[in-house]
Amino acid sequence: MNPFSSGTRLRDMIKAIRACKTAAEERAVVRKECAAIRSSISENDQDYSHRNIAKLMFIHMLGYPTHFGQMECLKLIASAGFPEKRIGYLGLMLLLDERQEVLMLVTNSLKQDLGHTNQYIVGLALCALGNICSAEMARDLAPEVERLLLTRDPNIKKKAALCSIRIIRKVPDLAENFSSPATSLLKEKHHGVLIAGVQLCTDLCKVSEDASNHLRKNCTEGLVRILKDICNSPYAPEYDIAGITDPFLHIRVLRLLRMLGHGDADTSEYINDILAQVASKTESNKNAGNAILYECVETIMGIEATSGLRVLAINILGRFLSNRDNNIRYVALNMLMKAISVDSQAVQRHRTTILECVKDSDASIRKRALELVFLLVNDTNAKPLTKELIDYLEVSDQDFKGDLTSKICSIIEKFSQEKKWYIDQMVKVLSLAGNYVKDNVWHALIVAISNAPDLQGYSVRSLYKAFQLSSEQVSLVQVTIWCIGEYGEMLVNNVGVLQVEEPMTVTESDAVDVLESCLTHHSTDITTQSMCLIALLKLSSRFPPSSGRVKEIITTHIGSVVLELQQRAIEFNSIIQRHQNIKSSLVERMPVLDESTFISKRAGSSQANISTEKSNQQLPSGASLKLSNGVAKPAASPLVDLLDLSLDDTPVPTSTSNDFLHDLLDVGLTNSSSSGVASASGTDILMDLLSIGTPVQSNTTPENGSSIKAKPNTATVQVVDLLDGLASNGSHPGAQSPVHPSITAYQSSTLKITFSFTKQPDKPQVTQIHATFMNLSSEAYTDFIFQAAVPKFIQLHLDPANSNHLPASGNGRITQTFTITNTQHGQKPLAMRIRIAYKVSNQERLEQGQINNFPPGL
Amino acid sequence: MLGGQLISVLRREIVEEGDEKGVNSMGIRFVLLVNKQGQTRLAQYYAEHLTLDERRALEGEIVRKCLARTEQQCSFVEHRNYKIVYRRYASLFFLVGVDNDENELAILEFIHLFVETMDRHFGNVCELDIMFHLEKAHFMLEEMVMNGCIVETSKSNILAPIQLMEKAS
Repeated sequence: MNPFSSGTRLRDMIKAIRACKTAAEERAVVRKECAAIRSSISENDQDYSHRNIAKLMFIHMLGYPTHFGQMECLKLIASAGFPEKRIGYLGLMLLLDERQEVLMLVTNSLKQDLGHTNQYIVGLALCALGNICSAEMARDLAPEVERLLLTRDPNIKKKAALCSIRIIRKVPDLAENFSSPATSLLKEKHHGVLIAGVQLCTDLCKVSEDASNHLRKNCTEGLVRILKDICNSPYAPEYDIAGITDPFLHIRVLRLLRMLGHGDADTSEYINDILAQVASKTESNKNAGNAILYECVETIMGIEATSGLRVLAINILGRFLSNRDNNIRYVALNMLMKAISVDSQAVQRHRTTILECVKDSDASIRKRALELVFLLVNDTNAKPLTKELIDYLEVSDQDFKGDLTSKICSIIEKFSQEKKWYIDQMVKVLSLAGNYVKDNVWHALIVAISNAPDLQGYSVRSLYKAFQLSSEQVSLVQVTIWCIGEYGEMLVNNVGVLQVEEPMTVTESDAVDVLESCLTHHSTDITTQSMCLIALLKLSSRFPPSSGRVKEIITTHIGSVVLELQQRAIEFNSIIQRHQNIKSSLVERMPVLDESTFISKRAGSSQANISTEKSNQQLPSGASLKLSNGVAKPAASPLVDLLDLSLDDTPVPTSTSNDFLHDLLDVGLTNSSSSGVASASGTDILMDLLSIGTPVQSNTTPENGSSIKAKPNTATVQVVDLLDGLASNGSHPGAQSPVHPSITAYQSSTLKITFSFTKQPDKPQVTQIHATFMNLSSEAYTDFIFQAAVPKFIQLHLDPANSNHLPASGNGRITQTFTITNTQHGQKPLAMRIRIAYKVSNQERLEQGQINNFPPGL
Repeated sequence: MLGGQLISVLRREIVEEGDEKGVNSMGIRFVLLVNKQGQTRLAQYYAEHLTLDERRALEGEIVRKCLARTEQQCSFVEHRNYKIVYRRYASLFFLVGVDNDENELAILEFIHLFVETMDRHFGNVCELDIMFHLEKAHFMLEEMVMNGCIVETSKSNILAPIQLMEKAS
């Protein structure tokens, strides 16, 4: 049968697929077709293989797997007829890519076809090779391609040239073989050969310095002549687009001239005239002409052009920029970005137009314009530009605000010469788009405010004012809370009023109102709420008359379901209630934050956040405020020691209670476990706890950070006191013996073993381990035996297990208790090898493993 | 001595980077034809190694982005590390993914040339022509673009082999 008329059934399949109303129906049709094609392939049905591949192409396009057709493509390629070969190669290019081993098999067929007498078959092979060849194939077949570059047929020549591009991209070492044949291609008349040859030369320039020197010497003249010819050529219907002869060739030649003229004064001078001719003569009322002008401008910017030529180019861009067609404006913005490094003065002249483009309704244009504006900002125009951008921020699209905000923030940070301007602009941005501001940006603002003692009053007042107008912007709220907490009295007493400020009266209760409204607002997140609590605590010390109200607000959070808030509320409540004498020193103002450390930290990691930042500094105030919290925070480096200590020492009996640290940690742990998260059977109580505590911690305010690294010995007395208070709050049961979390000692697909630990307080070396075995498979185990081995410094005593039969699917467990004595307790951790033997339907099974994840301190 | 080593290491890195750049910048990365409903009607990728899932995801993202734009907006959309140049003909969208330094206006012309070529062959080409003659559409594209580079710009040269084959059959 004739393979070309096989479209009937292909047509049917397409119709069937088009008739499908749902994706599921389409999948079913495709599945059926694939099954038919598979069976047709396995029956080796030659008549249909052409049609099968055509169908697979369609199925592949729809996004279904078609790998089973790959071998069929190879068969078709190996057959003699042109139509079979053609569809085979097409299938090969679509269904395969160079990573697949199947490709190795095709090399031989390709080699044969490259030597074929029929020019169309050679063309097919070249095309396939050019699209998919791998580095190995490139090495194997490069000589054939070189030979074909020299044939007379233009159709083969052009394809061989493009094929060579792929080869030198894959194997740049081969570039030198191709540079002289590439040069000779430029002498051709056929446009296809010329365009392919020019592209080959461009790629040669990219991969090899030698080749580009060779081309510069031998080709520049020829290229200029080609350009001249097509510029001045009479009407050529075959290549004419809107009155211009072959704009594609124009563009490729201009691009190659750019590569050759780049950094080379002689070549640049030589091509000056022709570029001027193209730039001034090309019609700019059609897209094709503009495409050429665009490329020409880029070439003028890319070479060592004369100043006159550059002026011409910039003028073209100016014309583009004022064009009504958005496509033209887009490319103008794109080009101006490249031109800015060549002639920033000239680009500055278009600043107002560019700024207008930032406000365009088209997202692509806005994005380009914004990036360009960002490059245009310098010390002299930073202020007006920032003002324009901020004004626009108010009315811009929601999805553009993110980009716009981050660019504005970096302009403000980069070009702020005076702190007041910086603070003013940041407050504006925060109140307009605070939800889009990145954390490190507002952290930087806090650092800056903390470093400007004479502006602190002004800042807190402006923030207060801004907050009244836009309380929905998270980062504005957070900065405001922080500043009110720190500088609340400056707000109320109007400290450090600048001349420009309008006088305002804020009472103490107004300030507390702000915090209360934030704390209770439905959309406030935990971080903000935590910040509010700290700020409130600070205010209770700054405004003694309001202290009663603050206490009330804090008390309402003692029952908070969020562990972090509950804990803070309880602690702060106890501070207010019982520790008036130390409160003022606890909530002293934050020390000045080190700007340089912050900046370097921020440069190091864009995610740097302020609380870790501050833990690098040693500061004595605010000590021990939240030590119990600190225990739950392994991330803070100074605490790591402390934490280690805690886990090592908790087993030790509390008789050494003169060591306050013990108590402290004890409280820390048991206090948390009273909050309902922990239960004796939970595997990873501590881990759970930590993961709850950590994220909140790392985001919260500086106070938090500072308290963590407090040296315990600076406030010994207070701490003991403090904990006393906590203990008598009755917020936790009097758990005496330390808790070690249970671990999953071993887990496979069939078996899970968990260990839980108990210790007697007076024998730190001895640990009792309760092992629980669980069957995860669906078959019961019999004759279950557990064996364990330990290093020499550990003694092990195994008690008998309660059963040797383990029901399937976790429907029952075996427990076994054993006692270990670690003779080097505190120096070496526990380790254990285990071996489990059992029978499944009378088949013996064996599993082995090693346990290294014992909790420290055993 | 040590300095020399360092320099040679640096130089090698620079060369490798250059290679990478050379490989990555290749003009046209893919040609995509979708209808108004966003269904793919032709897809050809050049030197792009995407799995089926990646391809579907990419096509979905691009289609969502481009089809939502209005007539007045420009024909270029930046997506991932590509620039998409698109043009609409009745119910068909031609989307071409290119590198960032490609001439966008020229790609618009290229799309038009492709459409005109198909028009000349099919006579006022429509979606169904392309669906039912997917292989022919691919052959035409193959004559026009190889490995992401434009190879022929004359419509009669592009169509010559196809017409020859039709005559033979």
